[in-house]
Amino acid sequence: MIWILDITMLFFLVVCAIAAISIKDLLSAIIILSAYSLIMAVVWVEMHSVDVGFTEAAVGAGITTVLFIATLARTEGRSED
Amino acid sequence: MSRIQESVIIRTVVRIMVPFIELFALYVIMHGAGGPGGGFQGGVIFGAAIILYAMIYGIAEGKQKMSDALDRILASTGLTIYAGTGLLCLFFGGMFLQYGAVPLIPNDPATVSKYLIDLVEIGIGTTVAAIMISLFFDVSPPESEEGELPEELPDHEGVDG
Repeated sequence: MIWILDITMLFFLVVCAIAAISIKDLLSAIIILSAYSLIMAVVWVEMHSVDVGFTEAAVGAGITTVLFIATLARTEGRSED
Repeated sequence: MSRIQESVIIRTVVRIMVPFIELFALYVIMHGAGGPGGGFQGGVIFGAAIILYAMIYGIAEGKQKMSDALDRILASTGLTIYAGTGLLCLFFGGMFLQYGAVPLIPNDPATVSKYLIDLVEIGIGTTVAAIMISLFFDVSPPESEEGELPEELPDHEGVDG
């Protein structure tokens, strides 16, 4: 375990999570959520859970982003609250 | 047609990439028992390849290659393979998905179980890929503004909060 890498990854994870919920532009929120998933996948692999990391990268960073963006194309793209 | 879809570079790259993504998906599905990967991940990657194609070449073109009827057939076929394998084990006196019970090769339950796990993975992969593709077609914008990506969203000035 490279603990400096772990701490850095977890720090960016928290930054991404806070940014994703506090940003008003929904497209930016989706992309940040995708970055969150990618970092999470690296954290899973770092924790020797390759299978879960694989799933996180394929589903979280891949398909979910595409589905969210496709949904966003039918909406206004800005959060009201 | 949006600006992204007209780009020759993107169209060519997608056309070349899609077969390789699908090949990788098949590798992930078949390699699931021995290493990272499996039916679900492979199915998602396979679905992503078709989704990528449909995003760039247009939803209509994508639906031509992967119609709703074909989607439904594939989704139910995968489920049938999965449940069928499980019930086959029940039929030969084992428990649900207890692969060793099937007397495919006499006195070698380990090998039988290896093959049947692969069969189950194929079933899962087929269903997951079909469901992912139909999910994308369901949420994608309607035909009139086909395949429009949100690069043309009214306004996004970015951060305020």
